[in-house]
Amino acid sequence: MVGYKFCEKMVAKNGHENYEIIVFGEEPRPAYDRVHLSAFFSGTSAEELTMAPIEWYSNNSIRLILGDPIQHIHMGDKTVTSMKGITESYDKLIFATGSSAFVPPIPGSEKEGVFVYRTIEDLELIAAYAKKAKTGAVIGGGLLGLEAAKAVLDLGLQTHVVEFAPRLMPRQLDEAGALVLKSKIEELNIAVHLSKNTASIEGDGAISALKFTDDTVLDVDMLVISAGIKPRDELAIKAGLVTGPRGGIVVNNHLQTSNSDVYAIGECALYKEMIYGLVAPGYDMAEVVVAHLTGGEREFSPYDMSTKLKLLGVDVASYGDCYGSTDGCKTIVFEDKVKGVYKRMNISKDGKTLYGGILVGEAESYNMLLQTFKNGIVLPPNPEDLMLGSRGGAEPAGHGLALLPDDALICSCESISKGDICKAVLEQDIVDIAGMKACNKAGTGCGGCIPLVKDLINDTMKSMGKVVKTVLCEHFAYSRQELFDLIKLQEIKSFDQALDQLGKGCGCEVCKPAIASILASTWNEMILKHAQVQDTNDKFLANIQKGGSYSVVPRIPGGEITPDKLIVIGNVAKKYNLYTKITGGQRIDMFGALVHQLPDIWEELINAGFESGHAYGKSLRTVKSCVGSTWCRFGLHDSVGFAIRVEERYRGLRSPHKLKGGVSGCVRECAEAQSKDFGIIATEKGWNLFVCGNGGSKPQHAILIASDIDEETCVKYIDRFLMFYIKTAEPLSRTATWLNKMEGGIHYLKDVIINDSLGICEMLEKEMEFMVDTYACEWAEVVNNPELRKRFTHFVNSEDIDPTAAFKVERGQKFPVDWATSK
Amino acid sequence: MEESKLINTPETTSWFKACSTASVPENEGVCVKINDKQIAVFNFTKTGEWFATDNMCPHKMQMILSRGMLGDQAGEPKVACPYHKKTFSLKNGSCLSGEEYSIQTYPVQIKNEEVYIGIS
Repeated sequence: MVGYKFCEKMVAKNGHENYEIIVFGEEPRPAYDRVHLSAFFSGTSAEELTMAPIEWYSNNSIRLILGDPIQHIHMGDKTVTSMKGITESYDKLIFATGSSAFVPPIPGSEKEGVFVYRTIEDLELIAAYAKKAKTGAVIGGGLLGLEAAKAVLDLGLQTHVVEFAPRLMPRQLDEAGALVLKSKIEELNIAVHLSKNTASIEGDGAISALKFTDDTVLDVDMLVISAGIKPRDELAIKAGLVTGPRGGIVVNNHLQTSNSDVYAIGECALYKEMIYGLVAPGYDMAEVVVAHLTGGEREFSPYDMSTKLKLLGVDVASYGDCYGSTDGCKTIVFEDKVKGVYKRMNISKDGKTLYGGILVGEAESYNMLLQTFKNGIVLPPNPEDLMLGSRGGAEPAGHGLALLPDDALICSCESISKGDICKAVLEQDIVDIAGMKACNKAGTGCGGCIPLVKDLINDTMKSMGKVVKTVLCEHFAYSRQELFDLIKLQEIKSFDQALDQLGKGCGCEVCKPAIASILASTWNEMILKHAQVQDTNDKFLANIQKGGSYSVVPRIPGGEITPDKLIVIGNVAKKYNLYTKITGGQRIDMFGALVHQLPDIWEELINAGFESGHAYGKSLRTVKSCVGSTWCRFGLHDSVGFAIRVEERYRGLRSPHKLKGGVSGCVRECAEAQSKDFGIIATEKGWNLFVCGNGGSKPQHAILIASDIDEETCVKYIDRFLMFYIKTAEPLSRTATWLNKMEGGIHYLKDVIINDSLGICEMLEKEMEFMVDTYACEWAEVVNNPELRKRFTHFVNSEDIDPTAAFKVERGQKFPVDWATSK
Repeated sequence: MEESKLINTPETTSWFKACSTASVPENEGVCVKINDKQIAVFNFTKTGEWFATDNMCPHKMQMILSRGMLGDQAGEPKVACPYHKKTFSLKNGSCLSGEEYSIQTYPVQIKNEEVYIGIS
């Protein structure tokens, strides 16, 4: 990797025009990404791991000789000879030989089934052997060992990690942090064995067990040794270069070895008695040598070994003085054993300077902490906020990016500063991560800085007055909010008119329902007036199900229903042979109605006093209620009565997505109101109003916006809230998603809805009043309109029903046959 | 089913009267039964074109496309299946959502306010 990086930086500096570059590699393939080696087992191919394809080298006039390592260096006449006998002369020679796995002298390590974890070839051997193995152990509980453990786990083996030290990652973590990491890893069913010194590898030919010095035994049938690295300095030693007592080619500030025409970079180099086993300092070394060769001025200096990793899915980060060994250092520690989170920050006595710290289990704040540490930024009065995020109270303004100096290093792998990133946005019109990667390679190394780069791009664009524009689709170059305003302002009453005045082309399945929803939320006209732009469910005012039949849901406000009405539903379902089920929203769904039956079914329901339940629309579905104070001995107010009032107020209200409400009669919350778009919970003094919750794939609790209010105030706030949502949300975005994307979040929303900070509340209430006043049941209109009833047939030229509609009987009821063999 | 040999095309195409133009709502589709075939007929009013395709969506083998939504993708007229929003070109039946499968399309003639579909 470092060798490749040297080539890349040479090319970037046009150094390849003054030097003829020849690369000798031992491995059969060009340089690849070893940092993400374990991705090889989760499906990433060797090609995807390659840093640059072979053509890249030839395109830049670099000779790449693979599978042929240099074996002799003749310092006298400045030539090298390869294994296959190629001899080349050199002006400058660069060692980027890296390291090999360090294998401790354990008897039996030559046995079959014992591997090291270093190259793609090693991985291929491990993968092949794992097919016949059940249990795999990894010796080494450091960074590389845990990477290897992930690989063994991904191969489906029962996995053990064996560590000599009394804790995992002894170089990066303190005891408490390592304990949290250990319990997180054990949750994945990986057994962790600490303070274990392996005495021998047992087995007859192939490994069968590990024997430890404490005489305990661990049965395993595969072993990966990942106990550290050993610099590849054997060629340097042969050539007579000075090396360290424990390996490594000794280099100076310019990465020159004891022979000034010979350099060493990466894991084979020993700088100030230190081997740098991370990619970022390696890349920096490559840059220093390139600078030295192309007439630039750069020196290597002791490198900060701060790092953030995802090990076995667990975030682990340590930076600066992580153990707190600086004089006069104070420590703030946060630990949550339930969630498996450990955070530590070491700060100066006066609380102003950050020395270093550790993050395990959650490391979102790493980038900010690292920048604060590296740039010596003065800590805020509550420094723990930096590491824990604000907990309650006013949220901090911004994410502190503005405080960073321009030379703050954002991407340490590629040495890209804040200034570089802002400049790329300002001067080269970069607008996203992909563009930034192509422009200056920021974020292409470990990727840890990407969130910070993203924020910087957005902040810089904002400062230029640029906005990232969300448009509806290829037919409308507007956001939904803009279209909403334009449709109202220009009094647009149909999709075609909208397309003529605001769009182009013929429309599509994205813009048609979106515009239909806006028209309905603005003018509240009969849905079928715009049938051609309604989604199927709104087109037939019913929910399409497997096999082409529909389901029918009459409104049962608040879930309250009389026995007589229950009997009507029962009779209708029986007459038309419909499957019946109680829904999650406290009503009854009847399935399996053929399209031509829908008007007849609804005629019977409407005659019995039912109305549409709008289960088919992106509109208010139900307001769920608990039984409330009328019956319940705990109930404080009549939750059912309030639920009915609210449901009837907002019935038929078209919105960007479906809407659900809930009303609970006391804090026991039996109506689950806090999982709804709006939830109302009775208190001793009135009602508490919660907004923006939802269930679904990403459940989110609703947030309290007003306490102890009376019914009228509550309805007023919901009016404002729903109208504001309808006018400003993206299409198909629930209230929770809408809030999550809202700048200023819940504080802003509260300000608009309750404090009327935008001065629009009166308008919102008026608009809602119009919607409430103009409500009409769509099904009542269809039932009484012969022209509309005509739409409900399968064939236009025949009274026949769809001959392919097929049903079966299970548990005494009708079901559609399953999808035919799907493609 | 009445069969009208409207135009003698060189191939073995037979033309079938499907329905009146007035029975197909603007920018929508209907399903017609021709012998044992279900064919979706689309009144693409926006450009004044008529199209006919199989009524079956090949994704889950559902007889549904006539209830799909019309539109265009970069000028190519298309229909979106109501079930999972797979879209198909009305010109050549290819799937515009990138799936391997496609649908059959049929030639359409309008004569005396009647829609005729050519089936070979």
